[in-house]
Amino acid sequence: MNNIYDVIILGAGPAGLSAGIYVSRAKLKTLILNEGTVGGQVILTHEIANYPGVETTNGFQLINTMKKQAKDFGCTIKANLNITGINLLNKIKEIEVNGSDTYKAKTVILALGGKPRTLNIPGEENFKGRGVSYCATCDGEFFTDKEVVVVGGGNSALEESVSLAKYVSKLTVVHQFDHFQALPYYVEMAKNNPKINFIMNSELREIEGEASVKKVKIENLSTGQISELNTDGVFVFIGYSANIDKVKDLITLNSSGEIVVDNNMKTSIEGVYAAGDCIEKRYRQVTTAVADGTIAALSASDYLMNFE
Amino acid sequence: MLMTNLNHVESAENHKKILEENENVMICCGRMGPMCLPVYDIMEELEDKYKDVKFYDMDFDVPDAYVIKNAPECAGFMGLPFTMYYKNGKVVKATTSIQDMDQVSSILDEYFEKSEYQHSKVAD
Repeated sequence: MNNIYDVIILGAGPAGLSAGIYVSRAKLKTLILNEGTVGGQVILTHEIANYPGVETTNGFQLINTMKKQAKDFGCTIKANLNITGINLLNKIKEIEVNGSDTYKAKTVILALGGKPRTLNIPGEENFKGRGVSYCATCDGEFFTDKEVVVVGGGNSALEESVSLAKYVSKLTVVHQFDHFQALPYYVEMAKNNPKINFIMNSELREIEGEASVKKVKIENLSTGQISELNTDGVFVFIGYSANIDKVKDLITLNSSGEIVVDNNMKTSIEGVYAAGDCIEKRYRQVTTAVADGTIAALSASDYLMNFE
Repeated sequence: MLMTNLNHVESAENHKKILEENENVMICCGRMGPMCLPVYDIMEELEDKYKDVKFYDMDFDVPDAYVIKNAPECAGFMGLPFTMYYKNGKVVKATTSIQDMDQVSSILDEYFEKSEYQHSKVAD
């Protein structure tokens, strides 16, 4: 069984790396496989001021430290690959990568994280980087004195709207409900900004343009009426969903598509644990992901004590 | 200064020298931001696989980044990072905003020859 890992962790965000630190420090042969960049969503965070023990940091620095800790304890990390097959039902679990390489393990920790929701409407992909953006901090300056649409009604959408308003001449928030999900503080800030307008009960149906975005089609969800709005850009902040596509047919999920776990992060499959933003839980923070990862790692270690 | 493990393009003069001395060059011009970091990470991963390609980043906010920002191929770009692919000093492809591993690899495969390393499977 030399070629079999004790633990394979799918995902290299705070939950996956924390699990990796714990199990590799326990001298378990550990492999972390990650489809994208190591770090998950936290790498998008410019400032983290509420991580206990660290006065102020950013997502990049925090993740780099976690990654180094995991590697220093002997954990192997492979990132930017495609996971093309997952077999969790047998005693020895198998993960196929890039359609060719298969890795085996006695136990698997799913730390698959979340992914930003996209609009999935005509024009979104075509105009990515040419008017469609998912980061106000990154791309706001390209829209100086231009008009933009922001899609969403949560904290991110309204916070980023206020940030974008420093650059743009006019900003229209389009939100699918008649009320915001954002905290009152963010709602008030956005409503008090004279550059920001609101179209409620509405969804974008199409993004149109030539070399760059020129207009959007908006459906009023109450009346079904479609209207057009000229705009130079569309910023999308419509939240995150659990990244469970690869395991949704294998494992028990709740009605929101999140992995169901017990207090020990055990899933519905023997020898498989889950942690972080892909599991059923209310609060999604770096600290809660780290805690989940730690519990999953300790539970996996316990499971391996009796593995025959 | 970008905190990556890539080689950095330090100036316009350095940019010119890199293009003169190397046949295949990829430069990602951006910041330490969420759309840029994944591209740097992918480039670091690919450095070993594409031995015939030189991988660099460049800080979007240094004045000499005009060599990329003002390139005709970047006209209309409204999303960081701006990523340039050069062959024999000429731009063969430019992309805007975040790209994934498949997108970057397919451009490298299309415009630059694969090294022998790519064809040999690495035993784990």
